Amino acid sequence: MIADGVENEEKWLAAGIAGLQQNAFYMHRALDSNNLRDALKYSAQMLSELRTSKLSPHKYYELYMRAFDELRKLEMFFKEEARRGCSIIDLYELVQHAGNILPRLYLLCTVGSVYIKSKEAPAKDVLKDLVEMCRGIQHPVRGLFLRSYLSQVSRDKLPDIGSEYEGDADTVVDAVEFVLQNFTEMNKLWVRMQHQGPAREKEKREKERSELRDLVGKNLHVLSQIEGVDLDMYKDTVLPRVLEQVVNCKDEIAQFYLMDCIIQVFPDEYHLQTLEILLGACPQLQPSVDIKTVLSRLMERLSNYAASSAEVLPEFLQVEAFSKLNNAIGKVIEAQVDMPIFGAVTLYSSLLTFTLHVHPDRLDYADQVLGACVKKLSSKGKLDDSKATKQIVALLSAPLEKYNDIVTALKLSNYPRVMEYLDLETNKIMATVIIQSIMKNNTHISTADKVEALFELMTGLIKDLDGAEEEVDEDDFKDEQNSVARLIQMLYNDDQEEMFQIICTVKKHIMTGGPRRLPFTVPPLVFSSLKLVRRLQGSQDQEENPFADESSTSPKKIFQLLNQTIEALLIVPAPELALRLYLQCAEAANDCDLEPVAYEFFTQAYILYEEEVSDSKAQVTALHLIIGTLQRMHVFGVENRDTLTHKATGYSAKLLKKPDQCRAVYSCAHLFWVDDQDNMKDGERVLICLKRALRIANAAQQMSNAARGNTGSVSLFVEILNKYLYFYEKGNPQITVAAIQSLIELITTEMQSDNSASDPAADAFLASTLRYLQFQKQKGGAIGEKYEAIKV
Amino acid sequence: MNFLAGAFKPPCSVSIIFADGRTRKQVPLKKENGQTVMVPLFQSQENIVGEVVIEPVQGKKVEHNGVKIELLGQIELYFDRGNYYDFTSLVRELDVPGELYERKTYPFEFSCVEMPYETYNGVNVRLRYILKVTISRNYVSNIVENQDFVVHNYTPLPSINNSIKMEVGIEDCLHIEFEYSKSKYHLKDVIVGKIYFLLVRIKIKNMELEIRRRESTGSGANTYVETETLAKFELMDGAPVRGESIPVRLFLSPYELTPTYRNINNKFSVKYYLNLVLVDEEDRRYFKQQEITVYRLLPTP
Repeated sequence: MIADGVENEEKWLAAGIAGLQQNAFYMHRALDSNNLRDALKYSAQMLSELRTSKLSPHKYYELYMRAFDELRKLEMFFKEEARRGCSIIDLYELVQHAGNILPRLYLLCTVGSVYIKSKEAPAKDVLKDLVEMCRGIQHPVRGLFLRSYLSQVSRDKLPDIGSEYEGDADTVVDAVEFVLQNFTEMNKLWVRMQHQGPAREKEKREKERSELRDLVGKNLHVLSQIEGVDLDMYKDTVLPRVLEQVVNCKDEIAQFYLMDCIIQVFPDEYHLQTLEILLGACPQLQPSVDIKTVLSRLMERLSNYAASSAEVLPEFLQVEAFSKLNNAIGKVIEAQVDMPIFGAVTLYSSLLTFTLHVHPDRLDYADQVLGACVKKLSSKGKLDDSKATKQIVALLSAPLEKYNDIVTALKLSNYPRVMEYLDLETNKIMATVIIQSIMKNNTHISTADKVEALFELMTGLIKDLDGAEEEVDEDDFKDEQNSVARLIQMLYNDDQEEMFQIICTVKKHIMTGGPRRLPFTVPPLVFSSLKLVRRLQGSQDQEENPFADESSTSPKKIFQLLNQTIEALLIVPAPELALRLYLQCAEAANDCDLEPVAYEFFTQAYILYEEEVSDSKAQVTALHLIIGTLQRMHVFGVENRDTLTHKATGYSAKLLKKPDQCRAVYSCAHLFWVDDQDNMKDGERVLICLKRALRIANAAQQMSNAARGNTGSVSLFVEILNKYLYFYEKGNPQITVAAIQSLIELITTEMQSDNSASDPAADAFLASTLRYLQFQKQKGGAIGEKYEAIKV
Repeated sequence: MNFLAGAFKPPCSVSIIFADGRTRKQVPLKKENGQTVMVPLFQSQENIVGEVVIEPVQGKKVEHNGVKIELLGQIELYFDRGNYYDFTSLVRELDVPGELYERKTYPFEFSCVEMPYETYNGVNVRLRYILKVTISRNYVSNIVENQDFVVHNYTPLPSINNSIKMEVGIEDCLHIEFEYSKSKYHLKDVIVGKIYFLLVRIKIKNMELEIRRRESTGSGANTYVETETLAKFELMDGAPVRGESIPVRLFLSPYELTPTYRNINNKFSVKYYLNLVLVDEEDRRYFKQQEITVYRLLPTP
């Protein structure tokens, strides 16, 4: 049936073209022989083909274009006739004798065009007559094409300013009046199309209508091209008239298309100066019209305009563009009850972009927009519409992109409130966007208030939100938390007092993060705090702290806070991490000369070691850390130090694997010999440790022999030899040349024994140790002498 | 006829020459045999002056009982064909009985002739003016020569010329208001008007304006009415909606109209009507007819 229809249409079109061409042929013959009467007769017959109702607009257009070409030739002929002395007025009458209206009006427009050109009558009168007479065609498609023809032939003959057709009687007002009237009539016809024909073909008709829309829109384009349409005229005449038509036609397709058309064809500064009028029309449009797109495009244009040159910005201020747009959007949203939330958010998003471009200094505007958005969202609850969510992300990202500075965005009190309406997933995405913005721009967030606000924004990342039974990809989670960690590092203020506040704020937030997040978030906080401690220390060194009252920040306070913070890791549990952090703190406390604090941290670390660190590998690592840290401590009195070193050596001896024991023990030797502290040089106990290490190494060898049949590597011995050499070099009187020599001998023997497994690493180690010996000997001086004593 | 004409060839030729024949306006006139000839144009109260020339055939003499010229205004009703009703009859005797041997010229003059009616060629009736020269003879038929001429009478611009304005409709279906700017039009006039659509509930396809001529002949039981549509002029294409107004501009000059004749000597009348016709998609026709008066305006020189 439908295929049939298409086929028939082709046939009808072909027949129409054939008829048209035949009559065009006779018309040409008449034109060639200057036979006016026949020319009119055949041209009328030719145009009669356009009277068909059987063609779709698309096919009709094809036919129309052919007729159009022929009419050009006829117009040429009329021009010549006029030059030959044929009265154009008579000609104008003559063509009106045609009995059928459609051919008559096409001919009338054609002659009319020549008539204007001849200037025998004022252009305005001819134009007015033509546009009036065209009312006779009430058939939408035929009427649209006829009026389009009129528009086409007249567009270069309008009495525009500076045009040759302008005169005393003809002003640009007449030109505008003409185009407006033609536009109005065309739009009426176009809108009426939807009511023609059966309801079941509605869809097809809508499609056909869309095909024709440019015929209507062309009039607006012509209007925009008229030189004489200045701002005043646009404001007083053109726009109100066009809008009146748009509003009154009450047709969805037309309203959307025409609003868009207005926005696109007229200049930006006109829009700016007539915002009120233009926007006033919006709430009056049909509820189904996609106003958000219209307004978005308007705002986009204005934004670009504002961006184009700084000189235009005062105009925006002068017309209060923002408040007008804001009002209009409010009204539109109010008027269109059924508008999906997506639409409303899109509108706000566009408005925000606009205000950011135009009024970058008016944060309150941006905040207003967000506030309005919140208000709208509050009636809906959480969003589950993915399109709307996307728009909100766009909305929220806009200020970040614009200011490149989260600090500015943080001033927007409604910003977090908008975020509340996002679902968890999106909330996180948004938070990540925020962090990335901070990273990218190296933003300094330097007050506790801002930090507070920032963390409010990022709640999604900071803690589990209600009902967060989501499956999170482990990698994603890590990425998120790592970015939070980076963020914490970025928070900085030169003022120590404020910095402390920042730290407190951060702590407050991350403490809510739960066991999964703490391992990521606590370390940066701890280090950040320690940095502050060091700075405090530095400033105290320079001057007696003048703020040393109760309220001021003191290292002590920070350490208290750190203690609590690290404690939180225990519930995770993350004992190894906590242990490391305790040690870091202890070291910092050491630098601050706070013995009790340092001691407390060590105690905590020891407790952790004893109670929580059970994995032997972890124990080894932890123990080395403890030893390393303890070695550097200088704050402890003898008693405390003894306790701690004693404990550490004790732990060393209790390690599971002999080699580990051995290494731990010889490391402990350093606890008794701190190079730059004279009161910390206990040669004897160093020796005891080293000897003990040797013993253990021996035992290890024997155990290995018993269990595996070979004595294993000598590397432990080489390591111990190195320790000997170290202490020897540092001048420990208890380390003798003899002891060293015997150790070297022992090693070489061991290496040559059959029992030992060959170990190239150990060989190399020994070799380089011996090379070191040689090297030191050759140095000469005190060291050379010292080494000279060792005979290898 | 030809050989008869040859056999009984009249013994003389008769011609009627108008004194101002060279300068007088000539208009076409359709003869009974369908041919169109150009004849002089007169109006009422004019002097009709000229001469009659009689020229006997070479070497023959014409005996006669007198020569006369008549000016006749005749109405011929076709249902009563051949029967002429003369509403005007003027006679001038040109010659007393005698004989003609050679060409002879008789001047004649009808002064200030009352010719109240215009020449008219209708469907059922004809009104014509002739000059008739009769050479009366004994025993043989008279020699008769006719010369047609046309009479047009001009009317001054009417002092009152109201517009025609009317609202018509079918209840709840179609209401229109139409307005023609005048009720009286001269022959080269333009009908200008507007049609307002106040209510449209039917699917209109197009709208036309027709000019109709109503010729009524005879009287009483013998009245014949003939209506012709002289013009069909499309005013609108497609279906209008409420509130539309459609312009009307119809030039009368292409159509062969005559003035309105209200009552020609109680024999016939000719009236004109504008008929507004709306055609719907099922080709039903809705129409409203309005009489207009057509008059002949003196052509501006």
